[in-house]
Amino acid sequence: MSSTALKPLHFKPLNGVRIVVWSAFAVILLLLPLAAQSSFALTLLCLTGIAAIACMSYNMLLGQAGMLSFGHAVYTGLGTFVAIHAMNKVAGGWWLPMWMIPLVGGLAGLAFGALLGFVTTRKAGTPFSMITLGVGELVFAAALMFPEFFGGEAGINANRTAGEGWLKDLGLTFGPQIQVYYLIAIYLFVCTAAMYAFTQTPLGRIANAVRDNAERAEFVGYDTRWVRYLIVMASSFFAGVAGGLTAINVEAATADLLHGVRSGGYLLFTFLGGVGFFFGPIIGAILLIFALVVLSEFTKAWQLYVGIVFLIMVVYAPGGFSALIMLNLRRVKYGEWRKMRWPYAGMLFFGLIALWGFAAIVEMLYQIQVAAGSGSALTVAKIPLDAASSLSWVTAIAVLLIGGFGFEVWRRKFKKVWDDGEERIAEAIKKAEAAIV
Amino acid sequence: MSVLNGVSYGLLLFMLSAGLTLIFSMMGVLNFAHASFYMLGAYFAYQVSEWSNFWVAFVLAPMLVAVLGGVFERTVLRKTHKFGHVAELLVTFGLSFVILEIVQLIWGRTPVDYKVPAALDGSLFKLYNAAFPEYRAFMMFVAIGMLASLFLVLKKTRIGLVIQAALTHPETTEALGHNVPRVFALVFAGGCALAGLAGVIGGNAFITEPGMAQAVGAIIFVVVVVGGMGSLGGALVASLLIGLMQTFAVGLDWSFIGGFQALGVEVTPETFGYPVWKLKLSQVAPILPYLLLVVMLIVRPKGIMGTRDE
Repeated sequence: MSSTALKPLHFKPLNGVRIVVWSAFAVILLLLPLAAQSSFALTLLCLTGIAAIACMSYNMLLGQAGMLSFGHAVYTGLGTFVAIHAMNKVAGGWWLPMWMIPLVGGLAGLAFGALLGFVTTRKAGTPFSMITLGVGELVFAAALMFPEFFGGEAGINANRTAGEGWLKDLGLTFGPQIQVYYLIAIYLFVCTAAMYAFTQTPLGRIANAVRDNAERAEFVGYDTRWVRYLIVMASSFFAGVAGGLTAINVEAATADLLHGVRSGGYLLFTFLGGVGFFFGPIIGAILLIFALVVLSEFTKAWQLYVGIVFLIMVVYAPGGFSALIMLNLRRVKYGEWRKMRWPYAGMLFFGLIALWGFAAIVEMLYQIQVAAGSGSALTVAKIPLDAASSLSWVTAIAVLLIGGFGFEVWRRKFKKVWDDGEERIAEAIKKAEAAIV
Repeated sequence: MSVLNGVSYGLLLFMLSAGLTLIFSMMGVLNFAHASFYMLGAYFAYQVSEWSNFWVAFVLAPMLVAVLGGVFERTVLRKTHKFGHVAELLVTFGLSFVILEIVQLIWGRTPVDYKVPAALDGSLFKLYNAAFPEYRAFMMFVAIGMLASLFLVLKKTRIGLVIQAALTHPETTEALGHNVPRVFALVFAGGCALAGLAGVIGGNAFITEPGMAQAVGAIIFVVVVVGGMGSLGGALVASLLIGLMQTFAVGLDWSFIGGFQALGVEVTPETFGYPVWKLKLSQVAPILPYLLLVVMLIVRPKGIMGTRDE
């Protein structure tokens, strides 16, 4: 506090650190496809880019304004549907370059945000969450009632190579996936910059005030409901952009896009990524696509693992992975990280053992319950097991117990080292502050 | 007949929302996993009645659910209390995921065969040629009995007094020597037991499957918001209202077209907005509770009997 009071503040939106960070971001986006050797990897990149926009737009609600929404998929999903219809209109002769389709999705998101947000933002806090859930269910159920627009169970399709224009003549047809990737990358970069800029605007700051103490913000003279409403609209615009990119990327839309499970996914992974830092939701989006595409290939019970990781994170690390990264970076900065190497290694070692035991039990249960038709043999991390033999069960339980015990022992050591370090860092910060004054 | 069916469904909704309301008004925690405890109640009842009979399950299953709820409160929920209401809501949200997956692990993804007990599997009386099942009457009886005992416990016993005191003045109650965290755990377990009981009697009346929690979860949130956050009386009125509304709507074939015809206006497929006008009331039945929610929020944001306005 005292250090900032002495220096006059200057508004410098383009300082050195920011130029480096944003240039690095652009270069990474530019070069990522070179690292992606297969078309599968490229598909993953496209999905991750879209999810990153969606999760960041979700974090405008949760991280910036403290609004826990259970209905975010409504805006991404409706954005996709409107964008698909716009694509079909383009194929029917409307003039609209294909690269503007995500903007159409964004405007659709904005419009629905203005319509539905009017109802949902009448309340804050917990009632807001319940109402968004109800409105989400309403939209999903209504979607099945209007097969004319939503295409019923089968959904609707579109073609991203439709339309005319000078870009077409240059070869930019959006037929090849790589062109779609760069479209997504450009949108991701622009949206990220826009959303970051939004956090710096007076409205973005007031949203923080409403999150931290709504009563006081109201007392100062701000209409908190109006602030919530504006934030919901801004957030649903970016959600709609993500929806429009989905329309181009997969060229199809079904009512599933609006389902509450999808909204829950945005919430879950945005939180896992971390709501406290601007880049947290990007980590969340990477985890989301990893879980959805990669993890679900390995195991049918992936939602159980995700749910348990989520529970552990809420209880022990409510800042998400981004906060964990930042806390460890702080350790490095104050030279405290080296002391934690052994506790980390110990926890990792026993944690993996316990994980194997747990996964073995879960997978064997699944083999019995869900996949009974394909016999009782299975492998967990290359180790063969048989869900019908008691030896496998005893082994799995024993491994889980040993791993859990070792993990708990190392966790206690870790906690001690961590708390000691935290104390020393607090002291160091205090000293540094005193030196400035 | 529809009235009786509607009332019995409404009372089931009330059993669910009563526990939710109780927990919410006391701890400020919206238990997102409440419907999951309802599902657990149904599955436990199925399992226990497989091993012995329905009446044992009727007693045992809610107790099991209460124990699980209490353990969850003590070991997980209490730790997140210091992070605020958002974290508490998130932790119950995560729990609902985990319960759903565990139920699928143990009992599989298809519905289980949880039947109405033979003693109650008949029709009680006939009205206009439609039979009223005995089991529906039993459901209503249990729900009303639970409602009455809940009222008596809260208003007439010492524990109820302490709960009510802890509800409004937790610090003072603590200063008087009562263990408020334990009261919280008790209320949480009690709310879960109510949900479990609702699962025991609702699971075989409807269907016991992994999707049952999600099907009812959003509806009970609507009940709680429409009734007014934290108001038991409001929850009762809203439950009955939604129960009646849904049962009536399913049986009616009204649509806007019929209404226009009565007014002398002909509606054809070429008329603007035909997809909306042609919808029958029975088709829109699933969204009626949510429409009620939206209308309620516009007309009276604090709910039927709500007092707190945020």
